Amino acid sequence: MDVLGRGKVVATREDMLTYEYDGSADTASPDAVVLPETTADVAAVARFCHEHGVPIVPRGAGTGLSGGAIPVEGGVVMSFARMARILEIDVPNLRAVVQPGVVNLHLSTAVAPHGLYFVPDPSSQKACTLGGNVAENSGGPHTLAYGVTTNHVTGLEIVLSDGTIARLGGKAVEDEGYDLVGTFVGSEGTLGMVTEITVKLTPLAEDRRTVLAAFTTMDQASETVSAIIASGVVPAAIEMMDNLSTQAVEESVHAGYPLDAGGILLVEVEGVRDGLEDARERIEAICRANGASSLRLAATALEREKLWAGRKGAFAAMGRLAPDYYVQDGVIPRTRLPEILRRVNEAAASRGLRIANVFHAGDGNLHPLIVFDLRKEPDALRRAQEAGLEILAACVEAGGSITGEHGVGMEKNCFMPLQFRPDDLAAMRRVKDAFDPAGLANPGKVFPTPSRCREFSLGAVR
Amino acid sequence: MGGLRGGQPPSTVAPLAFLPYPNADAPSEDLIARCVHCGLCLPTCPTFAVLGVEMDSPRGRIRLMKNVWEGRLGADAAAFDDHMNTCLDCRACETACPSGVEFGKLVEGARSQIVAARNASLGERVIRFVALDALLPHRRALAAFARFSYLSKRLGAGAALRAIGTVSHAARRLAGLLELVPDQAPTSEGLPRTVAAHGTRRARAALFGGCVQRAVFGATNAATARVLARNGVEVTVIEDQTCCGALHAHAGERDGARALARRNIAAFERAGADVVVVNAAGCGAALKEYGWLLKDDPAWHDRAARFASTVRDATEYLAEIGLREKPGPVRAKATYDDPCHLLHGQKVREQPRALLAAIPELTVVPLVEADWCCGSAGTYNVTRPELSRQLLERKVGHIKSTGAELVVTANPGCLMQIQSGLRREAPAVRVVHLIDLLDEAYGAS
Ligand SMILES: Cc1cc2nc3c(=O)[nH]c(=O)nc-3n(C[C@H](O)[C@H](O)[C@H](O)COP(=O)(O)OP(=O)(O)OC[C@H]3O[C@@H](n4cnc5c(N)ncnc54)[C@H](O)[C@@H]3O)c2cc1C
Ligand code: SF4
Ligand code: SF4
Repeated sequence: MDVLGRGKVVATREDMLTYEYDGSADTASPDAVVLPETTADVAAVARFCHEHGVPIVPRGAGTGLSGGAIPVEGGVVMSFARMARILEIDVPNLRAVVQPGVVNLHLSTAVAPHGLYFVPDPSSQKACTLGGNVAENSGGPHTLAYGVTTNHVTGLEIVLSDGTIARLGGKAVEDEGYDLVGTFVGSEGTLGMVTEITVKLTPLAEDRRTVLAAFTTMDQASETVSAIIASGVVPAAIEMMDNLSTQAVEESVHAGYPLDAGGILLVEVEGVRDGLEDARERIEAICRANGASSLRLAATALEREKLWAGRKGAFAAMGRLAPDYYVQDGVIPRTRLPEILRRVNEAAASRGLRIANVFHAGDGNLHPLIVFDLRKEPDALRRAQEAGLEILAACVEAGGSITGEHGVGMEKNCFMPLQFRPDDLAAMRRVKDAFDPAGLANPGKVFPTPSRCREFSLGAVR
Repeated sequence: MGGLRGGQPPSTVAPLAFLPYPNADAPSEDLIARCVHCGLCLPTCPTFAVLGVEMDSPRGRIRLMKNVWEGRLGADAAAFDDHMNTCLDCRACETACPSGVEFGKLVEGARSQIVAARNASLGERVIRFVALDALLPHRRALAAFARFSYLSKRLGAGAALRAIGTVSHAARRLAGLLELVPDQAPTSEGLPRTVAAHGTRRARAALFGGCVQRAVFGATNAATARVLARNGVEVTVIEDQTCCGALHAHAGERDGARALARRNIAAFERAGADVVVVNAAGCGAALKEYGWLLKDDPAWHDRAARFASTVRDATEYLAEIGLREKPGPVRAKATYDDPCHLLHGQKVREQPRALLAAIPELTVVPLVEADWCCGSAGTYNVTRPELSRQLLERKVGHIKSTGAELVVTANPGCLMQIQSGLRREAPAVRVVHLIDLLDEAYGAS
């Protein structure tokens, strides 16, 4: 491809081997990889691909957990690794303008001297890009109190699959016309490429308290979550881990996570200094009332950092248990937590699978991680997917949804009919067709594809 | 998932088309299996930061190693060689990885297979022979080379070579090597065999002298002995020790590394000290990994592991036993740059900082990206001069913005590299080994 010039294209078979995967269990080979450096580069590639009918698959850091960045129908993978500049930090207006390849944490670090940060903090924030966050509408432990990515993006520059460059929104929160920013956030690259993002910045909290509570059973931990929410205290984060996750995490960070607990909660409150102690005491009292076997307050910033490093590295620490994992992302009403967690564990156990649970309990956003070794159990992935299907069906039945933050991608597109009726999907399809009539923007994602979803007889589960 | 739904799984080519790993030093499938391709290590990788491509990231490199096992890539492929050797072996990715992937072992394993699989070109073989077999293991030859280099540098040979370098690749590489020669004159002043502990003896340490340091950093070794002695440690310097083999291992020459390891283990066993103290981070990391290096040698494995467990970096050891004598004041503004093989290779982070904090009146300011490679990385500045230069410039930029007049580090390779970077940019800033600084501080008390 001479559209871009030397050095911006990866086209050897050997090098492209490293663009077959992301953070999920899926793989597929690209036909070429491009590394644009400007919006003009992106548009040039899009025009070329449009002319030749070639799909484009945007890629951020490839930390996605639903196969979003995988070229399942071949085509060009467009990596945004070289569009990683922070273009503007507008302190008075609490805005920043960034390129999509900027790493989430790098933005927060860059604005920290101004006492500001970017709220959405996916556990992968050290690595994932803002383009990926926008595409997946990512959340994180601290989005419980402050909302997910869509609540923190006010403007976008986009390039459609035919090369059209458009600007949506801006620095202001309200805008006339359709809320196309809202439409684009969470569209998983299926409407086009994001080439510039205007985000909201938020003042850092004055202070915080981080409490680690250990329980004998997951049930007790779950009851505690419901009780905290019901009490009216609004923590910044409530995260939960079961024993297996805790083992893997503690081995990785040595933060003093209790290894004998059946379930643990990491609860954080933040805000103005007055009142924090009061909130902490109320939370600790609720934990005790629900049978907490131990309570620990992070005494120093370093201790807090370590506890969070453990929680945020939890998925990746699964490599200590087994080489492969399959993670689901269902959402449920928080009151149903104990009951659904039991069903989750049964779904895995009945298929002879090991399961670890580490998740955003405050949001009711489950992350059951089924761990296995494909080298030793070649059919484990299939069994894990079956268990996943059963888990998601349980979530939908309980009034929840099939994905909280990891997106649908090619991992859950076949499960969409669990949650949406054919007409719902058809309405969504029309939005897709309006932006991408040629169907070249990240094809094979989000919508069920007849060829690949045939094997899933969802009727049986419903 | 592709397989299940009949999508487009990655193309598989007939396994026999590609050369498999030639021997047991290959990066093992079990170590590779630790990687869950989460990508959390990507932003800590200097080569990924500069080049922005997945095949020059830790995750990409591990995937390529896996692809060789799967028969989708040859161990002799030029691309495999390129990406494994563009890696700095800085191991920043190891520190970042929540899954505990031991990347250093993986990449050194991969390189050993490249060496075994490919007939290196004649020029490459000559350079490897001169550097790895003729110079490093032989102290006198190295000392002679160092003196020659120091002299030729003073005579302006670097500039001359660089001028020739525009036409000759070899001259450019030599000029690069010359740049690295430190400003101080080489001292191969022999250390006495034993330096007695001051006061009651707390332990007996054998000093690992290294090869490069002995030739050009004799003074740092003498300082290490003095600082240890002041703190109640008797120091012996044994004569029959040799090069640690780190550069061999980094270059994939594992048999060479093993031969050196066996000589060192035997020599230090005879010395019978409580600890082996080393002041070069690169050597220390290599010594601590002798057990792994000799894992498949039943006669040596246990001895190697036992030896490895007695090895301490000088800063690690001093912090562990605690300074018995308080250093004198040093009135200066300093900053500390972590050597990769100390921080990432040996996980020694707080100890050097604690020692610095123990020096009265020394102001220590943090250095941005102190945990990043300076581009020295063994012979990297010679094999990948352009990338090495970019990393060095980045490092120098951060150093300049601290306003420090003193850059403290704990590894001769980093010291030389940073010195060569500052020479042009900020000649007033001094680079010093932490142990030399401590020794000076004691001198001042
Ligand atoms: C250890 C770990 C922990 C995680 N924790 C969380 C968590 O707490 N919360 C959470 O929400 N997610 C989490 N994730 C999932 C993942 O990190 C997020 O989905 C993240 O936003 C993906 O960003 P990325 O840059 O890696 O994107 P990629 O994986 O590269 O791509 C993701 C999707 O975005 C699209 N895309 C990327 N860039 C663009 C662009 N510029 N324009 C248009 N489309 C684009 C891709 O096509 C793809 O569909 C975690 C993942 C891991 C590995
Ligand atoms: S090496 Fe570790 S951090 Fe990097 S991708 Fe693999 S598991 Fe993740
Ligand atoms: S050792 Fe350093 S250069 Fe090599 S992959 Fe790891 S972080 Fe990158």
